Amino acid sequence: MREFLFSVGYDRWILPTLLFLPAIGALLTWFHGIYEYRAGHVGRSYEGFARWLPFSIFIVEFVLSLGLWWAYDPSGAVFQLTSTWDWIPDWGVHMSLGIDGISLFLVMMVTFLLPIAVLSGWTSIDRAVHSYHALFLVLTTGMLGVFMARDLIMFYFFWELVLVPMYLIIGVWGGPRRLYAATKFFLYTFLGSLFMLVAILYIGFMVGDAMYAAGLTPTDRPNFLFENAMAYFTPSGTEAFWLFLAFFAAFAVKVPLIPFHTWLPDAHVEAPTEGSVDLAAILLKMGTYGFIRITLPLFPGVVLHSWVGKVVIVLGVVGIIYTALIALVQEDWKKLVAYSSVSHMGFAILGIFTVTTVGLQGAMMVQLAHGLSSAALFLMIGMLYERRHTRMLSDFGGLARVMPLYAGFLMIATLSSIGVPGTFGFVGEFLTLMGGFGPVPMLTVVATTGVILSAGYMLWSVQRIIFNPLDKAENKRLPDVNWREAGMLIPICAMIIWIGIYPAPLLRRMEPSLSRLVEQVHGVPTSAAVSRVREAR
Amino acid sequence: MQLDLSVPAELMIALLPEIVLTVGILFLVLWSAWRPASAAHQRQVGILSLAVSVITLGVVIWCAVRSNSAGPGPLAVDGFRWATDVILLIGAICTIAMSLDYQEREGITAPEGHVLVLLSLVGMMLIAGARDLVVAFLGIEIMSVAVYVLTGLNRRSPRSAEGSLKYFLLGAFSTAFLLYGITLVYGATGTTEFAGIAAQTGRSAVLASPLFRLGMGLLVVGFGFKVAAVPFHMWAPDAYEGAPTPITGFMAASVKAAAFAGFLRLFIEGFPAALAEWHLALWWLAAVTMVAGNVIALAQRNMKRMLAYSSIAHAGYILIAVAIGAKTGVDVGVTGSSAFVVYLFAYTLSTMGAFAVVTVLAGPGEPYLDMRDYSGLWTVRPGITLAMSVFMFALLGFPVFGGIGFFAKWYMLQAALRGGAEPQVLLAFTLVFTSVLSAGYYLYVVTLMFVAARNEEIPVPDHPRRFTGGVIVAMAILILFFGFAPSQVLRTANRSMLYPTQVVPVAEPTVEPVAAATRQSMPRR
Repeated sequence: MREFLFSVGYDRWILPTLLFLPAIGALLTWFHGIYEYRAGHVGRSYEGFARWLPFSIFIVEFVLSLGLWWAYDPSGAVFQLTSTWDWIPDWGVHMSLGIDGISLFLVMMVTFLLPIAVLSGWTSIDRAVHSYHALFLVLTTGMLGVFMARDLIMFYFFWELVLVPMYLIIGVWGGPRRLYAATKFFLYTFLGSLFMLVAILYIGFMVGDAMYAAGLTPTDRPNFLFENAMAYFTPSGTEAFWLFLAFFAAFAVKVPLIPFHTWLPDAHVEAPTEGSVDLAAILLKMGTYGFIRITLPLFPGVVLHSWVGKVVIVLGVVGIIYTALIALVQEDWKKLVAYSSVSHMGFAILGIFTVTTVGLQGAMMVQLAHGLSSAALFLMIGMLYERRHTRMLSDFGGLARVMPLYAGFLMIATLSSIGVPGTFGFVGEFLTLMGGFGPVPMLTVVATTGVILSAGYMLWSVQRIIFNPLDKAENKRLPDVNWREAGMLIPICAMIIWIGIYPAPLLRRMEPSLSRLVEQVHGVPTSAAVSRVREAR
Repeated sequence: MQLDLSVPAELMIALLPEIVLTVGILFLVLWSAWRPASAAHQRQVGILSLAVSVITLGVVIWCAVRSNSAGPGPLAVDGFRWATDVILLIGAICTIAMSLDYQEREGITAPEGHVLVLLSLVGMMLIAGARDLVVAFLGIEIMSVAVYVLTGLNRRSPRSAEGSLKYFLLGAFSTAFLLYGITLVYGATGTTEFAGIAAQTGRSAVLASPLFRLGMGLLVVGFGFKVAAVPFHMWAPDAYEGAPTPITGFMAASVKAAAFAGFLRLFIEGFPAALAEWHLALWWLAAVTMVAGNVIALAQRNMKRMLAYSSIAHAGYILIAVAIGAKTGVDVGVTGSSAFVVYLFAYTLSTMGAFAVVTVLAGPGEPYLDMRDYSGLWTVRPGITLAMSVFMFALLGFPVFGGIGFFAKWYMLQAALRGGAEPQVLLAFTLVFTSVLSAGYYLYVVTLMFVAARNEEIPVPDHPRRFTGGVIVAMAILILFFGFAPSQVLRTANRSMLYPTQVVPVAEPTVEPVAAATRQSMPRR
């Protein structure tokens, strides 16, 4: 398979194709929308193109991205399938793409979830369908770009590219408080990312100066390539701290870390189902990905500093407990799942900032598992909302009797979200906690109680929805999942169980990149680093 | 080719664009007075004015390609002048195109409006090329007088008259400052040419003289008025609100651009050695303008006033290019003046586009200028909404959707961090922070257009007329195009930077034997 893929030049064209195909699709969808608008064609019969074209593009993307599984060399630690073009040569900005063990699965998760997510708006979105799907296609380019970028400026570009489509999706197709939620989402993220821009410029200049001084470049130009930044970026302690803070502002808002999380419940609750799925499953991962990709290798001194790294872990752990407690008292099911997202991302932060290979593997698995389970949960919330037009837990009860299939899918997603052994969620939380016990045992013990709390709020909510007595007349005639909905849920639930039982292929592909990262941070081979940390304690 | 400005023929070549434009204006003045005022005549004069400015644009580009240079004299022949001229011409072409439709819609038959735009354009182009305080002053006055009249073009509107009078009074006031400043600088240095002033500032006695410092201070105040920097901005919102909307765009983009070009050239070519004296004043001027402009704009609900305050805020961003001073040394990658050119380019495109949209949406008689009148525009006029969003994002400096606007802000950030005598981290921080503030009002417009429900009492706005529609489409496409392919703009800007005059410290003439003796006993540096 690998030979075949390379024989058709897969390694050269796959990343640009994956990246730009949705953008081209967005333009096509929009042009078609303009054509229909001009022709005065309004109504569902004219919207087929706007639904099928994005769906087919997402399917093509998914099929194409399957090749990554074989084309990616599992033993490699550096960027693979790279491609580079000049974009603004005068400023040293290049269009550099590439993936490694860290971004591979995030890219695949995006391509896996998007055809499913787009199905969720198949019937419920009935106004401005062309624009809705075009915005999702643009959003896809942005999300893939963040995970594929190998250049700091490209990273920033795609990071911001995500912002506007999401803002409009929440703002135009969202719930009753959409204006407030969309604006809050935009301003929070924009503020954080502008600080990141200043830091990126600063780093680019420093790297350019260092490369010029080393005689590698003929002129003193900024350079933004990740690899060069790793090699030539040598900040002083104070500089590193301030630059770290600038990146932290952008990533902490996106993850989100307490106390920067308040935009998230609003945005999630008001967004349409597809928006919530993308937001929870993918957009939040951009923050943790940024921590892994940029913060850890560029500022090892700050991350390993005696208290800075600890403060971040404390924020993560406090987030786990605090948001779990908030989730316990939510009446709105969507809000409950939104708060549980913050709680889960806290585990990822814990795993990342322990800076051990196991912890980082755990963090990656938590991200992927949360991506799948939260996507499934938000999809199911959407399905129920379409049937009953309410999300209040007290309005439901005993649905397992009228919707048995739905109840089955819901149980799988819930168990994975809690982290029950045999599901995807368990792998991530187990590895994270394992990685955490070495460097920060006390905090890890506290974080573990978050698992118990999550079992509390998730099981309680599920009980109130599908198990309690079927005592509401409206609930007695609800139809079970139809074929379209089953087609959305079956792949996700299958993945949750499959990876929960056999996560080794994923872990094997992540390991080289992550252990190289840990070596970079500690400056010594991994095993020595771990023992050094132990001795220091 | 090196032009010798003392030879009349070569001076003519140096002034070619201005001469072509002036000949066109003289013809148009006669033509517009020849026939009785009517809508058709207005339209004809407008189209002829467009043709004249397009021809001038061609001449400017020809001059830029020839890339002449000039010897000592009152005129600069350099890339900076041509780049600024092109930006000014883009502004003027857009303005005339918009006023054509605007005057038709409002029933203003005065054809002289278009000619006055061209007339002020001559003044602006003179400012961009002036290397002499008197020529610069001449340019400023030609520009200003024409714009005072333009502000009051709508004779039936009392607000137009009020704005015009306010603008005229405060403009005269600022002219007095400028003129007094020029006098004092002349008194201290004995010359009005920038090169001569710079040479004189090599003498520490000149630098230290109160005459010179006061003169510089007055020039800062005078230019501060012209570019509407806080605290000299009070005239701007009223004048902007009162003026016909296309003219407001002209004032916000081109008038400001021209004044800034003169400002920048004077301080880089005339006062490079006095950096220590003026740096702090301009630093504060920039910081205060950025903060105050953005904060006050947040509270505006009238589109024209909002754009007026936003243009004040942008004056603050552009002031960074002046405040950082000229970069010295061998490696000149990023400078204030090249950042200035890119910023002005992006700012002119987006401001012109925004004002074109405002003109269309205001409707006949301009009753719909409140932001809330834009609510739900997307459901009825999706094309205009998308274009307006591009202009708002460009003014905000947002990547991808804001196109070249992002690179302009980025370049300004680079200049603040890298372009000046020393890195201005605090100015860069202020730029970033106030940009987030500005999201509060730019984004509010986008939000209203997309998210808010349409007020059914407001009639659906007309489709833009031909020329205005052309301006909207062209500006949006240019902004997005240069957002994806900015290299050429950046390279052009790099070629059109200003170089500070080399100032050789002059040995003081011995005045007192005692002082001379003291100096001789000191080791030479």
